[in-house]
Amino acid sequence: MTELTNLGVKDIRDGVASGEFTAREVAEAFNAAVAEAASLNAFIVTTPDHALASADAVDAKRAKGEDLGTMGGVPIGMKDLFATKGVQTTAASHILEGFNPQYESTVSQNLWDAGAGMLGKLNLDQFAMGSSNETSYFGNVSSPWRKAGSNAAMSPGGSSGGSSSAVAARIAPAATGTDTGGSIRQPAAFTGICGIKPTYGRCSRWGVVAFASSLDQAGPMARTVEDCAIMLEAMAGFDPKDATSLKMDVPAWEAGLSADLKGKRIGIPREYRMEGTDEDILKSWEQGKEWLRDAGAEIVDVSLQHTKYALPAYYIVAPAEASSNLARYDGVRYGLRDLPDGAGLQDMYAATRAEGFGDEVKRRILIGTYVLSAGFYDAYYNQAQKVRTLVSRDFAEAFGQCDAILAPTTPTASFPLGSLNDDPLTMYLNDVFAVPASLAGLPAMSVPATVNSDGLPLGLQIVGKPFDEQGVLNAGLAIQQRAGFDAKPEKWW
Amino acid sequence: MSTYRIQGATGEWEVVIGLEVHAQVTSKAKLFSGASTAFGAEPNTQVSLVDAAMPGMLPVPNAECIRQAVRTGMAIEAQINKYSRFDRKNYFYADLPQGYQISQLYHPIVGEGQLLIEADEKAGIPQDKVIGIERIHVEQDAGKLMHDQHPTMSYVDLNRSGVALMEIVSKPDMRSPAEAGAYVRKLRSILRYVGSCDGNMEEGSMRADVNVSVRKPGEEFGTRTETKNVNSVRFVMQVIEYEANRQVDVLENGGSVDQETRLFDPNTGTTRTMRSKEDAHDYRYFPDPDLLPLELEDAFLEECRASLPELPDAKRQRYESELGLTPYNARELTAEVETFGRFETLLAATAAKIGKPEAKVATQVANWALSIAPGVMKSLGDEADPANATAEAQASILAMQDKGEISGGQAKEIYEIVLKTGRDPEEVAETEGLKQVSDTGAIEAAIDEIIANNGDKVAEYRSGKDKLFGFFVGQTMKAMQGKANPAVVNQILKDKLG
Repeated sequence: MTELTNLGVKDIRDGVASGEFTAREVAEAFNAAVAEAASLNAFIVTTPDHALASADAVDAKRAKGEDLGTMGGVPIGMKDLFATKGVQTTAASHILEGFNPQYESTVSQNLWDAGAGMLGKLNLDQFAMGSSNETSYFGNVSSPWRKAGSNAAMSPGGSSGGSSSAVAARIAPAATGTDTGGSIRQPAAFTGICGIKPTYGRCSRWGVVAFASSLDQAGPMARTVEDCAIMLEAMAGFDPKDATSLKMDVPAWEAGLSADLKGKRIGIPREYRMEGTDEDILKSWEQGKEWLRDAGAEIVDVSLQHTKYALPAYYIVAPAEASSNLARYDGVRYGLRDLPDGAGLQDMYAATRAEGFGDEVKRRILIGTYVLSAGFYDAYYNQAQKVRTLVSRDFAEAFGQCDAILAPTTPTASFPLGSLNDDPLTMYLNDVFAVPASLAGLPAMSVPATVNSDGLPLGLQIVGKPFDEQGVLNAGLAIQQRAGFDAKPEKWW
Repeated sequence: MSTYRIQGATGEWEVVIGLEVHAQVTSKAKLFSGASTAFGAEPNTQVSLVDAAMPGMLPVPNAECIRQAVRTGMAIEAQINKYSRFDRKNYFYADLPQGYQISQLYHPIVGEGQLLIEADEKAGIPQDKVIGIERIHVEQDAGKLMHDQHPTMSYVDLNRSGVALMEIVSKPDMRSPAEAGAYVRKLRSILRYVGSCDGNMEEGSMRADVNVSVRKPGEEFGTRTETKNVNSVRFVMQVIEYEANRQVDVLENGGSVDQETRLFDPNTGTTRTMRSKEDAHDYRYFPDPDLLPLELEDAFLEECRASLPELPDAKRQRYESELGLTPYNARELTAEVETFGRFETLLAATAAKIGKPEAKVATQVANWALSIAPGVMKSLGDEADPANATAEAQASILAMQDKGEISGGQAKEIYEIVLKTGRDPEEVAETEGLKQVSDTGAIEAAIDEIIANNGDKVAEYRSGKDKLFGFFVGQTMKAMQGKANPAVVNQILKDKLG
């Protein structure tokens, strides 16, 4: 029999539907793999019973000949930023430790409605702030990958590092991620898997712990483009409970997949050729162009001239929104409360937030508070918003000449955990290629391309026009077919 | 020009007043959540996940609240901004679950408008005055802290958290407590006409932040203080009176007024410092990224406009020009929704009963509605059952009076009985003998007898002593036990006395 944990979303769904195996067998296999992989620290809590219950429901439906749903029988990992009813939801923070929501996020509910089950809540950077998964209150997540000839623990990327680690380690066939400035794409690239951030508004933000509201978007992380298409279709959809939700039907992305790019033009942004980018990355970018040309696309040069201002603008806008979004964690109604003897309200706030937030979260709250302060607002926040408009305009102009853009996902491959702890700016630079598409709200995907000389995966990024997830997925599929990426981390956990 | 002045040791001071009125929008649900807004519920029973700011919860604007703000803007002839936006006002407090209030700083939904306060000589407003309105914006209310539930802890009630408020910001156009009082009353009246706020100040549906400064007439504006959350017209006027005098004292003693936030103590009628400028919050306003800008469509605006009722100023003018009412009566009748509502119902019923156009009976109805009927009601006290004060019964009384069947005094007597018993006025007039006699035969007979018995007076009258006419009228009415129709009596007396 096939090793069930090697299967992805499509194969599991189809295998359960055809009776090759039961959903319960799949859930049990993944539950066991999750239990074995504690050393990755990918999960904050595991929910084997949830996975089994969903599986049994799907098996029962099959016995009655009912529709199993587009994710029927597929157990997934849920990033612990999504509120799950009755299951601890922490955003990897101490301040929300022990918080059990009375509600289910729209995205997770959509997945359960499509027949998926939950293996557990995945670790992440605290409040999704981080690019290495080292800011979680519940400890670092390790990538299943290691540099050739080294035992050093590597970063799975962040903030969706639990998701990327679990999917790459094959302890989950797929996982949800969220992407504010690269938090799906960068970890996907670091771990040799696929991840797509859809157009802003495709996936409801209702029930997702907010980091930066104007940027946050949920998306799937899986090992193939097809799996991403299937899962995104299940996650997306208009939600009247989110005022920024797109009032559009969800296209049939899975059915629309085609690797034939004849007549398509792919833009190569010249400003993405930056100093500090690894040679291996630049090489894989060249290779990516060849693959897309081979798929029938025409390669054209485009300019995104405000690219270099995107990262600084992002690190103003995102912390500004975060500083306000995180004000609700005050110890008054839920989560951690630190009330020193004889303390008043202000003392309680200070003690609770000092105790409950990690350093990176505090850093961003401070930055955000600063850039919104009287006297600095125009110089920082307003200026950053103008940059954001210019970055969006760059893309709009580029899309006059091309249908999608090809770029590296990250400037480097994964790095050892701890190696960038004292260098937040280099850490922030990891998202330099990912952030512009976030600022512009565009669909963007990372697809594994190859491994570098250390044997670590490298990803290629495709950025599409607004609402054109299909075009992004199709270009991703063309790369996937030609890259033939089949490297796997060797099991050490 | 207001002549209100503070007499200081160094001369006269003028008071400059601006008001920020917070009016709770009349709507079943809160501004960004589906929770109920009903007053007086048990603490924390009207709180949605959004109102409690649970992680991942998002605001969705309630269209009815937006509609009410737009209609209010139209009622004060204001610029309606088709593009507006919500901003976050960030500060920490236990009654503010999100850690920010969603408000509109940069792009309010309603721009400049105006409101007319009418001349009221007695109140010290010599002539009509237009008060400018700077803007109206929509924002969330906060919850409420309860300090009396526990010896060492404060409790939080989030029922009000997220309720929609309109903040109506005036220009610094008022110059006396009387003008400010008239402004609040007029604003309240307009809000209640429009139905966008119930204007109930005791329940906190309307409260004002009062900005006061003083200056020597003709000089630049002085430094202002803001006194928060004043919840009655009388208190608004007291705050101004107190603040203006306090500021004059400070200035005349060589001090300077601090720009600060103050609190009013209704028990002492004084204000005290709540927060100085140094302690002022930096609210770090920025556009709320959870909400898209509000863009209003023409069809929506047209619907808002079409749904507006006749407003106080227009109604008052119509009462004067079409119904021929005195300015005083017109103003009194149009001041409140209930008053004009009762008046118009009674007017229609009376005109129908009598069979004359409304304009012909309006003055009679106005006098009845404004002074006679309330007077009777008041004199009866608890004996009156207000439920008996139906338009039908009152119209019936007014119709009898119009036809000369009853006198003004009889009308009151009949109404007394009606209020006490609910009996039919015509039946009361009949069975209680409360009708005038217009039967010329009976009156003539009475007059003939009086003329016969008073030959000397008749002679004096005929020789030119016109004043005696009153004597004959009095004698006739006495003979008729006061029930003769005076017009008929006059006519017959004139004929007979020559």
